[in-house]
Amino acid sequence: MSSFWSIWISVLTLGTLVGCFFLLRWCLKNFVGVKEGESTGHSFDGIEELNNPLPKWWSTFFLITIIWGFGYLVLYPGLGNFQGLLGWKSSNQDVVSLADSKAQMAAAKESGLLVQYDREMDAADAKYGPIFDAFAARSIEDLSTDKAALKIGQRLFLQNCSQCHGSNASGTTGFPDLTDTDWLYGGKPEAIKESILNGRTANGMMPWGAALGGEQGIKEVAAYVISLSGRSVNPDLAEAGKAKFGICAGCHGAEGQGSLAMGVPLGAPNLADHVWLYGGSQRVIEESIRNGRAGVMPAWKDILGEEKVHLLSAYVYSLSQK
Amino acid sequence: MSNKHEAVEKNVGLFVIFTILAISIGGLVEITPLFFQKATTQPVDNLRPYTALEMEGRDIYIREGCSNCHSQMIRPFRAETERYGHYSVAGEQVWEHPFLWGSKRTGPDLARVGGRYSDDWHRAHLIDPRSVVPESNMPSYKWLAENTLDGELTAKKLETFNWLTRNRSHKNEQGEAIPLYTAEEISGAQAAVKGKTEIDALIAYLQSLGHALK
Repeated sequence: MSSFWSIWISVLTLGTLVGCFFLLRWCLKNFVGVKEGESTGHSFDGIEELNNPLPKWWSTFFLITIIWGFGYLVLYPGLGNFQGLLGWKSSNQDVVSLADSKAQMAAAKESGLLVQYDREMDAADAKYGPIFDAFAARSIEDLSTDKAALKIGQRLFLQNCSQCHGSNASGTTGFPDLTDTDWLYGGKPEAIKESILNGRTANGMMPWGAALGGEQGIKEVAAYVISLSGRSVNPDLAEAGKAKFGICAGCHGAEGQGSLAMGVPLGAPNLADHVWLYGGSQRVIEESIRNGRAGVMPAWKDILGEEKVHLLSAYVYSLSQK
Repeated sequence: MSNKHEAVEKNVGLFVIFTILAISIGGLVEITPLFFQKATTQPVDNLRPYTALEMEGRDIYIREGCSNCHSQMIRPFRAETERYGHYSVAGEQVWEHPFLWGSKRTGPDLARVGGRYSDDWHRAHLIDPRSVVPESNMPSYKWLAENTLDGELTAKKLETFNWLTRNRSHKNEQGEAIPLYTAEEISGAQAAVKGKTEIDALIAYLQSLGHALK
């Protein structure tokens, strides 16, 4: 802050406080020329106005707030560039980037400035840091049977994951069920952790209508896809769809077994089982082929940090281990 | 003895002047200096302008009154930053006209909601919040998926923001101000949004929130 604005703030603030004091003193004077408690001579409807002073308790409290104001300005930042004798600050408000924020935190610690937010974070680190460190040193399999770890994991899940996957993790249309044994990117602990840490954003199904020769092609392939999970369909349609399924096989596999069964992390679901992310009816399957699907799992590394993701992974892993 | 206070009590003009003087002090001390502070007039390093579509989404956010229930202001408490991310700073907001800080949290804070959920989630959630969050009491905004944008005013909006932020944009290496939007961006603004649905615009806006500091 430039010294002009610093002086501007200080003069106005202190001037107001002093002004308030003199205003109070002035208002306590007797202006009406009669003694306290006596009639001023005004009367209306039989009600008489007496010369009563400002209530004592009120003027005393006014005075106390003025004294309090001076005390506050001495201890805390309030007068322009003056930091206050306590060196207290709520947070570093002039940061320009995350790196700058970290640097300012470190600098404040070094110089002994009491930044309230930094102190809260420090205290929390001291208390919770060792707990998270201890969990981070153990494997996800190990943690998936640890009650304390699962309790933390569940809370993190409810806070951050339940919006899409549901509070019981059973998912909904378009958002995978995490309690079953069907996985798009793998259900091993490390695969789960990778999904949470970095998200699964790169893939998605393109619209295939044009490549399949329009609506008839979509209908045929959809019929064939339905037949993969053992349901009965029009055999002619399915036969024609099978001939066109070649372009789907690149991701879903020649038998529609999904990318995971082929050992590649493409996220293309198994089409031969009874688990359907978007629905398994003819209509919905046709829609998936026609418009494509672009399910995205956001990355949580920067939001939650690796230690919390580790615990979350253990919780998610435990859900399918029953 | 004359009653000096009576002079003020019985003269409306004088009383108005004294009242204005008294109530302006707070603003003169707490607001005026902010117009000249680095922290409140310089954008943070990674701040980028809204795209044409995000700008339209922002106007829908305002129109639908989202800020009546959602704040965009993460306070510097650990309890908040644990949930929402780094606390909000003034430098993220220097291009906001008007501010959408909000003052009530019936729903969660949205200052850094960008990237937290997928576009598909936002679509499902805006059309029918309870389809993804059964406990939610947010209203459904299903008409957003039906209304399309014509983009007639989009270019004008970008131009207006160029003007509004003329002293507060990023500077190039020569220290000259870089306008938020180039002439090409302004002339292409209508084409960039025309035919998109309102829900597309709103989702684009939501996904952009908080990008500058995370």
